[in-house]
Amino acid sequence: MKTKFKILIVISSLLLITSYFLPIWYISLDAPQYPEGMGMQIFINDIRGEKEHDLKNINELNHYIGMNRIIPDSISELKYMPFIIGALILLGLIAGISGKKIMLYIWMLVYFIIGAVGLYDFWHWEYDYGHHLNPEAALKIPGMSYQPPLIGSKQIMNFYATSMPDIAGWIIFGVFFIGLAITTIMIFGKKKEV
Amino acid sequence: MKKLKFTKLSIAIVSLITVIAIFGACSRSGRNKAMVESDAAEKVYVAPGTYDEFYAFLSGGFSGQLSVYGLPSGRLFKVIPVYSQNPENGYGYTEETKPMLMTSHGFVPWDDAHHPDLSQTNGVPDGRWIFINGNNTPRIARINLKTFETNEIIEIPNTGGNHASAFVTPNTEYVVAATRFSVPYPQSDVSITDYKKFFKGAISYIKVEPGTGKMSIAFQILMPGFDYDLAHSGKGPSFGWSFFTCYNSEQSQTLLEVNASKNDKDFIAAVNWKKAEEAVAAGKFKTMNCNYFHNVYNDETHSATSEKLTSVKVLDPKDVPGLIYYLPTPKSPHGVDVDPTGEYIACGGKLAAMIPVHSFTKMKKAIEEKKFDGEIDGIPILKYDAVIAGEVKDCGLGPLHTEFDGKGYAYTSAFITSEVVKWKVGTWQVVDRIPSYYSIGHLMIPGGDCAKPWGKYLVALNKITKDRYLPTGPEMCQAAQLIDISGDKMKLLLDFPTIGEPHYAQAIPAEILMKNNQKIFPIEQNKHPYAAKGEKEAKVVRDGNNVHIYMTMTRSHFMPDNIEGVKVGDNVYIHTTNLEQDWDVPHGFAILGAEYSELLVMPGQTRTLVWRPKEVGVYPFYCTDFCSALHQEMSGYIRVSNTNIPISYNNPN
Repeated sequence: MKTKFKILIVISSLLLITSYFLPIWYISLDAPQYPEGMGMQIFINDIRGEKEHDLKNINELNHYIGMNRIIPDSISELKYMPFIIGALILLGLIAGISGKKIMLYIWMLVYFIIGAVGLYDFWHWEYDYGHHLNPEAALKIPGMSYQPPLIGSKQIMNFYATSMPDIAGWIIFGVFFIGLAITTIMIFGKKKEV
Repeated sequence: MKKLKFTKLSIAIVSLITVIAIFGACSRSGRNKAMVESDAAEKVYVAPGTYDEFYAFLSGGFSGQLSVYGLPSGRLFKVIPVYSQNPENGYGYTEETKPMLMTSHGFVPWDDAHHPDLSQTNGVPDGRWIFINGNNTPRIARINLKTFETNEIIEIPNTGGNHASAFVTPNTEYVVAATRFSVPYPQSDVSITDYKKFFKGAISYIKVEPGTGKMSIAFQILMPGFDYDLAHSGKGPSFGWSFFTCYNSEQSQTLLEVNASKNDKDFIAAVNWKKAEEAVAAGKFKTMNCNYFHNVYNDETHSATSEKLTSVKVLDPKDVPGLIYYLPTPKSPHGVDVDPTGEYIACGGKLAAMIPVHSFTKMKKAIEEKKFDGEIDGIPILKYDAVIAGEVKDCGLGPLHTEFDGKGYAYTSAFITSEVVKWKVGTWQVVDRIPSYYSIGHLMIPGGDCAKPWGKYLVALNKITKDRYLPTGPEMCQAAQLIDISGDKMKLLLDFPTIGEPHYAQAIPAEILMKNNQKIFPIEQNKHPYAAKGEKEAKVVRDGNNVHIYMTMTRSHFMPDNIEGVKVGDNVYIHTTNLEQDWDVPHGFAILGAEYSELLVMPGQTRTLVWRPKEVGVYPFYCTDFCSALHQEMSGYIRVSNTNIPISYNNPN
């Protein structure tokens, strides 16, 4: 593997460290009576309100439709995530430093699986919050569910909900595509230069 | 032929009378309709979603409160309860706020609030606090401009009518108070006709702690028994001095209208408060016994406490030479206003036809050269000609108050001729005038009494309303008018109604206050002894005849909402804590049979209502502030029995 690819893989892997302190995903909620907006940020090990009391206020509103309270401590994924990302960084560093193609392929495969499973898991949580509602809820609309979109925007009652990757989320995607590009060059590039 | 002529003549005469009558009627109905420029609407229109340029604080006068308006729109945003009970939010009714209205005369739920003054740093409003005087039961209140709530009230002893108040010094070192009605000092049972012998006027300096704003009476000065009317502080070269007007130097005690108008000149008292500080530090004071209350509200316990104090330090001008000088000032002086440079002291006169303007430089020189014209009780009277800088002639009748635009012009209200007169500082020439509707008292330019005015608008605070608005019976709103002073000519922009009687007012650019505005009270900082800071803490506890209900409020329920075990004759303390931490989600509380107002509880706050049920039954209570879609469902019951039933309540947490 060319040195420049090795360096690129090492730098990309290290870039993933940003996900330990920057938000990975955000869900914003806008409504007429919330001109200042409300939102949640998903961190590697936590879910926080965009502003100090947003999470509390979102839970407060959700109780009308019988949605489960969003309690970060009860979401086990938030406990595993630091280790999973740690493993990705480690695999990336091994691939970059060793320069072995096979390590790069393993890194990319694991990266893809973790990414796909992660997105599915996130969608599943959203589905669960949006559909498993307390039958005692004050507000019941037959056939209505409150699942926010995986990526994109959707009008849910008076709220316009938007779900998008946040800074660290874009970095995770970006690093994956850098790895993918290098892998593509490795496989389809001129053999003699390898 | 003759008959025809007569008919023609008759028709001509009738027509003429009709025309005159119509013209006359038209001109009469239009006689007080001021001409307004075509762009006036545009200048006061604040489009939806945008903000006013200035916060304006207008005194509520005999409502006892302080109102908050936006300029240039003239829209009312809030009435801050200060000296009067306010059933709208429970101020002065709740256990937490009742101590704010305690005085040496007992619980006084009303006052006459005249002169708001913003705290200053380097002579410019800084947006920390606003002070306002209580005239009838002499007091000064401090309002916190983060929460727009009254945080402190101090009573002023030895004072009758605290009118020359609450004016601050340039760094809010002090806020001043002075007696409008001299009283026996100390109060005693003497004949009113012995006025000259026993009556004295007290001027008080109230120290303001820079960080917390806490007030304490630093010292009083024992003055001759005149009527001390208004005040303003010196700044720049005159820093360290305060100026108080006084009338009734005749010292008459009856029919003042005539008897206090005899002298051609009364006085401005120039007080050197720096010298007073030194005299107090040097121990040249007497300690006098008196009773007064000091009430302080705490934003963490959400409660006020009252403290009774029993003495003040008193300075006698005889013991401190150079402390005070009298500046002779014509015709029952009223307002006293210092220009932004601190050099000129303009003085209103209720019966005057000119505005005397004193020079601080000339005053200092006259003191050095001892240009005195006698003395009163050890206070030298300076010669009028030695201190006067100029007289503004043709200023209208009854000039009362002057504010400045920071561009070299002064604006004086003339009560009798009902107009605002603009004149140039230095030349003393009147350059413009505009009528007011009607009988203007104070006027206000944002920062117009400070070192750096924001001279764009002028608010005329009028004493008479008459036909300016749709009539509402004999009792009408009060009237303010917004005048554009950005050009050479003053232009009337807007009339707007006000509460109570707006005496003085203050205004400050909106961004200075907006950036510090508090939206909620953090629940974790709530140190109220009866707060329930989560639904888990909601409970009911019996303590003898007292039942304490620790109740929480959140959208859209109370916890607990069903309580049994209360007996007839119990004192039921309902402590409600609003658990919300979201902006503008207050909850209210009211219960059938309560002899109080409601409670209105801000997010994170605790408020207590005492209820003494008199008959058995089941009493509903509910949230009074439309908080959410299920606000109507936010309710509950308390059962009141005659027999001993153990306390029980629902709390699934």
